[in-house]
Amino acid sequence: MALLRNIFKGGAAVPHRKNTAQKETLKMNVPEKVIIPMLQHIGAPCEPLVKKGDTVKVGQIIGNSDKFVSAPVHSSVSGTVTNIVPVLFPGGMQVTSVEITTDGMQEVHESVKPISYSSNKELLEAIRQSGLVGLGGAGFPTHVKLSPPPDKPVDTLIINAAECEPYITSDYREIIENSGNIIGGINILKELLKVKNVYIGIEDNKPEAIKVMTHLAEKIDDIKVIKLRSRYPQGAEKMLIYSITGRKVPPGKLPLDVGVIVMNVNSVSFVSEYIKTGMPLIKKRVTVDGSAVKNPSNVEILIGTPLKDVFDFCGGFNSEVHKVLMGGPMMGIAQHSLNLPVMKYTNALLAFGKEETETGEESPCIRCGRCVYACPMNLMPLYINLHALKENIDELEKYKPNDCIECGSCSYVCPAKRHLVQSIRLAKAQLRKAAAK
Amino acid sequence: MGDSKLLVSSSPHLKDSSTTSRIMLDVVIALIPAAAFGAYFFGARVLLVILATVLSCVISEYIATKALGKKPTIGDLSAVVTGLLLALNLPSTIPLWIAAVGGVVAIVIVKQLFGGIGQNFMNPAMAARVFILISWPMQMTAWVLPDQSDAITSATPLSMLKLGESTLPGYKELFIGNIAGCIGETSVLALLIGAAYLFYRRVITPEIPLTFIGTVALFTWIFGGDGLFRGDFLYHILSGGLILAAFFMATDYSTSPMTLKGKIIMGVGCGIITSIIRLYTNYPEGVSFAILLMNIMVPLIDRYTIPRSFGGEKKVA
Repeated sequence: MALLRNIFKGGAAVPHRKNTAQKETLKMNVPEKVIIPMLQHIGAPCEPLVKKGDTVKVGQIIGNSDKFVSAPVHSSVSGTVTNIVPVLFPGGMQVTSVEITTDGMQEVHESVKPISYSSNKELLEAIRQSGLVGLGGAGFPTHVKLSPPPDKPVDTLIINAAECEPYITSDYREIIENSGNIIGGINILKELLKVKNVYIGIEDNKPEAIKVMTHLAEKIDDIKVIKLRSRYPQGAEKMLIYSITGRKVPPGKLPLDVGVIVMNVNSVSFVSEYIKTGMPLIKKRVTVDGSAVKNPSNVEILIGTPLKDVFDFCGGFNSEVHKVLMGGPMMGIAQHSLNLPVMKYTNALLAFGKEETETGEESPCIRCGRCVYACPMNLMPLYINLHALKENIDELEKYKPNDCIECGSCSYVCPAKRHLVQSIRLAKAQLRKAAAK
Repeated sequence: MGDSKLLVSSSPHLKDSSTTSRIMLDVVIALIPAAAFGAYFFGARVLLVILATVLSCVISEYIATKALGKKPTIGDLSAVVTGLLLALNLPSTIPLWIAAVGGVVAIVIVKQLFGGIGQNFMNPAMAARVFILISWPMQMTAWVLPDQSDAITSATPLSMLKLGESTLPGYKELFIGNIAGCIGETSVLALLIGAAYLFYRRVITPEIPLTFIGTVALFTWIFGGDGLFRGDFLYHILSGGLILAAFFMATDYSTSPMTLKGKIIMGVGCGIITSIIRLYTNYPEGVSFAILLMNIMVPLIDRYTIPRSFGGEKKVA
C-alpha cells in the first residue's frame, strides 16, 4: 500500500451514508418482464436482431451495431419478445427497447461458452461481444477504451474502486465478495495492454476493502493498492489519475493522453468472469437505498428489470416517494417513471421522500466564493451561472464551462442554493448552439 | 409512462446545510465580543448607537425592496450585519440621527440601488462611514477616552502618533482596547475572538486579512520611522481600525475577489493604501478609504485572475 502523493484542490465533504456496506448481495428473482434498451452505452445505438413473437434465451444477442463505438445488447432472460417499442429516457431520448415476457426457465443460449483466445485482437473482439461497458456509471464501451491508438502509449492501468458518491456500495461489495475475479481481470488486462503499473484506488473510508485487496496484490508484482483520501469527487477520472500518478489530464483530453487507462473495479471483475463462463453482461449489482426504501440492500439484478420490481424486492417504500435516482445523489439522474429498466451501467437506485427532495429555494448569489473553492477543475461556477442566465456567449467562453465535469461540488456547497451545475449544462448547450451557427 | 408524482431535477440531489442567513448570523455572532467590549468601555450609549444603525438598516432594506418591487430580503440578516458593522465603525458620541442616516445611505444607496445583496460594488457599512466622516467631520472625530466617557474628549492613538505626542498608550492598552476610538475597533482581543470564530465556521478565509495586515506591518516598519526599517509596525497593527477592517470589512463577500490570487492582490492593495494614508496624508487613519478604493477594483481583479482549468496550467510534454 502506497501513500497518497497528490491532493486535488477543492471538492466537497459529502456525507458517506454507506448503509449497505455490510450487506451481502441478494439475488433478485426473475421479473415477469424485462425492457432492454438498444442504447445502454455512449456511442451508436444497436439495431434489434429479434422481432415480436421470437423466443429468446439467456445470453442471446438481441441487438448490435456495425459501428466501432457501440456495444451489443443481450437478453438477460429466457422468454418471448412481446413488443419492440420506443421508450422515453430521462435524457429526453426515445430509445428503441425490446420487451421480453419471461418464462422463468432461464434457459441459457447455446452461444454461451467459455472464451478462448489466442491473440489480443481475439480478446478485444470477445470483450466487444460480451457487451461490456464502463460499469462505474459512464457506460463507455470497454473494447474501445482498451484499444488505444499506437501513437498514445499506455503505461498505467488504474482500477477505480474509490466509490466517492454517498450511499453506493456496489464496488465495495465486489471487492469483499469477488476479489479473486478482480485480480483475474487485472492479469488479463495487464497482459493485453502491456502496462508497467497497475494501481487499485480505494477511498480510506473502506479499510476492509483496502485490506482484502492489499493482501491479494502483495503476491503479484506491479499491482499496488492506493489508499485515497475520502473527498468527493475522488473517483472522478481526472482527480483519480492525479491523486495516484500526479499526472493531469489536460482539458478536452482523455486519460490516454497521459498514458493511463481507468477502469471500474466491477468492469475488471466482469472480464475475468466472462472469460471463464462466456456469459455476456446480463446482470448487475445495484445498491438500492434512500430514505424511502424499506430494506436498503445490494441486489444482483437482471438488466432490463423495471425499477418498480427492484423496489418491491427491497420491501417497497416506507413513505411517499418524491424522487428516484439512478446513480448517486451527486451525479445520478432523476427518473421520471418506475417502469424504466435497470441498465448495464446502473450502480445504484435511490428513492427519497419529501424531506430530502427539498433542497432549499434559490436565492441571490452572495459571492461567498465557496463554489470557486469547491471546483476541482479550477472553474468559477458563479460567473458561468451569471452569464449562462443572460446567454452572454462571449463572456461564457472565458470561464470555460466545457471543462466542467459536472461533479456537483459547487451546487452542493452553495449557501444560496443556486442551481450552478444546471446552469453550466445550459452554458455548454449555448456554446454548442453558438458554435453550430 | 411517466409517474406524475416523481420529481425530476438536475443533479446534484444533495446539498449541504449552509444558508445565506446562517452565514450572516455567524458574522453577527462574531461581532458580539467587539460590541460587548465597546459597550463595556464606552458605556451603555453604545447600545443605542447599535440599535439606531441596525434598525435603520433593516427598515431601509424592507422599504427599499418594497419600493423596487423586489422580494423582501430582511430575512437573510445581511442588513443586520451592515447595521452592526456601521455602528462599530462610529464613535460612541455620534448623534443617533446621524447614525441612522448612515444606515439609510448604506442600504438604500450603496446596496439596494445597485441590485441588493451580492451586487453592491462597495462595502455598504464602509461607504456609509466615509459618507458620515465627510459630511459631519466634527461629530465623527469627537473621541472620548473609555474611562471618562462623559466629558473629556481625546485623540485616538493614531492621531496622537500623527501629531507627534510623546505619551502614547502602550501595546497592552491597544490590545485590550482601553483607548479612544470607534466603538468596535479598539479591542484587538475582542476582534480576534470573533475572527477566530469566523475561521472556525469557515465563513472567511485568511488570505485577505493576513496579506492586508502583513502589508501594513511591512510598509510601516520600512517607512514609518525616523529612518528606513525603524517604524513601530506593531503599534500600527494594534491601533486604528485595521484589525476590524481586515477581518470583517475587507473580507465582505460582495466586494472582495474570488480567487486566491485576487484575494492576495486585494489584501496587499488595501495594506499599501492604508499605510500611505496613515504615513503621508492629513488623515490619521486610512483603512476605510483603502477598502473602498480596492472595492471598486474588484471586478477588474476578478477579470484578470480567472484561473486556468485543471490540467490546463502548463503544457504537457
